[in-house]
Amino acid sequence: MEEINALFHGFSVALTPFNLLLMFIGVTLGVLIGVLPGLGGANGIAILLPLTFTMPPTSAVIMLSCIYWGALFGGAITSILFNIPGEPWSVATTFDGYPMAQQGKAGEALTTAFTSSFIGAFFAIVMITFLAPLVAKFALQFGPPEFFAVFFLTFCSFIGMGKEPPFKILVAMMLGFALAAVGIDTVTGQLRLIFGWHELMRGFDFLIAVIGLFGIGEILLSMEEGLSFSGRTAKINTRIVIETWKKLPKYWMTSLRSCVIGCWMGITPGGATPASFMSYGIAKRMSPDGAKFGTGQAEGVIAPETAAHAAGTAALLPMLSLGIPGSPTAAVLLGGLLIWGLQPGPLLFVEQKDFVWGLIASMYLGNIAGLIIVLTCVPLFAAILRVPFSIIAPVIVVICAIGAYTVHNAMLDIWLMLLFGVMGYAFKKLSYPLAPLVLALVLGDQAEGAFRQAMLMSQGDMRIFFSNWLVGSIMGLGLLMLVWPVLGKLVAQLRKSAA
Amino acid sequence: MRSAEVVVALFMLGLGALVIFDSVRLGWGWGTEGPEAGYFPFYIGAMICIGSLVTLFQVLLGEQIKGLAVKWIVRAKPARLHHDRRKDHEVFVEWSALRLVLQVLLPAAVYVLGIQLIGIYVASAAYIAVFMVWLGKYGWTRGLIVGVGVSAVTFAMFEIWFQVPLFKGEFNPLSLIGY
Repeated sequence: MEEINALFHGFSVALTPFNLLLMFIGVTLGVLIGVLPGLGGANGIAILLPLTFTMPPTSAVIMLSCIYWGALFGGAITSILFNIPGEPWSVATTFDGYPMAQQGKAGEALTTAFTSSFIGAFFAIVMITFLAPLVAKFALQFGPPEFFAVFFLTFCSFIGMGKEPPFKILVAMMLGFALAAVGIDTVTGQLRLIFGWHELMRGFDFLIAVIGLFGIGEILLSMEEGLSFSGRTAKINTRIVIETWKKLPKYWMTSLRSCVIGCWMGITPGGATPASFMSYGIAKRMSPDGAKFGTGQAEGVIAPETAAHAAGTAALLPMLSLGIPGSPTAAVLLGGLLIWGLQPGPLLFVEQKDFVWGLIASMYLGNIAGLIIVLTCVPLFAAILRVPFSIIAPVIVVICAIGAYTVHNAMLDIWLMLLFGVMGYAFKKLSYPLAPLVLALVLGDQAEGAFRQAMLMSQGDMRIFFSNWLVGSIMGLGLLMLVWPVLGKLVAQLRKSAA
Repeated sequence: MRSAEVVVALFMLGLGALVIFDSVRLGWGWGTEGPEAGYFPFYIGAMICIGSLVTLFQVLLGEQIKGLAVKWIVRAKPARLHHDRRKDHEVFVEWSALRLVLQVLLPAAVYVLGIQLIGIYVASAAYIAVFMVWLGKYGWTRGLIVGVGVSAVTFAMFEIWFQVPLFKGEFNPLSLIGY
């Protein structure tokens, strides 16, 4: 029950009027970011990060994580009302959410989506509360080989779980590592990969990459699709909310299953997007109304929303307890922690108790704040979507440019942002995934450090990665993830020939 | 899509080669104090090259291999003629989409150049106004109101409220009003 005490201590840290105000500001900004094209959780937080440098770290991370919750909520609004997923993880929500809105049940669909998101997140937060300290305690015994093995597992599961061609995932990921290597090598002090261009000495900042890849890239993509917003209007009042809530308990099984899928996919860095699709697919197969999915079934909204939110939240567990983020947004938050001088990882739970438990308590409060805000302000956010794209697009480019500049007060960064924007566009068009690139860019130095230390320990003998049961089993799991798609195909083939 | 695939794969192959080249220069073996600076990047570069080569191979030869396989099994010529018309259409879609994208990308590049010269505030106001007039078919008055409005809000927020000065360009036009 140590955790309960710590959690209550956390509430006392988080529940100051200033922090509560930041929570509401954060969630509102987050929903806004989730609704607008070109801004999402990852680059929205990246842009706002420099503005929080003057705040105390706990308050800053509370606000930033609340932006994240807001963005998760916001994605559902555009999916249901406009049939345009504001975020990749809300694509599956359009399948049943938009038909519901077309049948005039927009309010019901939105209430269902928001409530499911809330339940998914809540489940994941409870899990973080009790599991994260255990994982951290366990990870205190980790040495360099074990840490490298965890990195290895993280990156292998990207290749194994990703829906893009495996070799493209590999290329994108390794590009991230290569970009991370640019600049001064921290061990030998040599300059790497700058080819005499001394402005590159401090390396590529992943915040710039995130702003360009996700922000500018997304604007270019939306432009190509020639966005014309024509959405449904939604009214949400207390009656609709209560009516919908009365219907929800009978779908408890779908909710629970989606929570579990979401948490699992969030911790192993599958991420929110595959979690939402997987959960929708399984719900369709298991539900007695499965055949009617796609025509406006509430269950078809519950499944993806619950899983996406659970995954998005669970992605913070490895970030906090191991220092390894499960999603690009978690990676940006991790970058923020590093800037404030907090090294995420097992020691954080020992050395920065106030901070960790304040953050975990703020997750509970932030999600409640989020639910209240989205249920009351939907018409307002929907109105923003009716602002024409030709006004929104240049304003977002301006916001991205300012965001990129404020990271280091460097003009070069704005040019790099543009370059990353073009790259993000090309990558998305050709289905090279962006998430592993960003994660590799963030974790590159640490992964390399762990690898080199491990090599030093063993004098270059690779067998160190299988030298005890702990590191061996993590590496083994990683290799299993790597060959997962091949195994899946083999099993399917065997089944076919058996039938 | 195929030409774009080839270009990107070749580009990545080049990048991978560049990484390997620099790693070899730095030393990718075992120095007196353990692994040298190029030790880790060398393998990264190698994996970029392998990944892009496989992608290139799949793009270029994937269809031919499929065609050959069909030929070998059915012992007939693979139906190539049906293919071509769809491909022409795809190329067409690609071009019109590319034009739309360039319509956004080129002004954005000019905008960044503008920031370099006249600073974030003035360049942003002009960029928003021009974008709205050219692509949104708004009047100049409306464009300027939105553009100047957004810039003014940013100015108030950064220079006055947060006290974070933003880049004002090599020829700072705002020096006229004392900033």
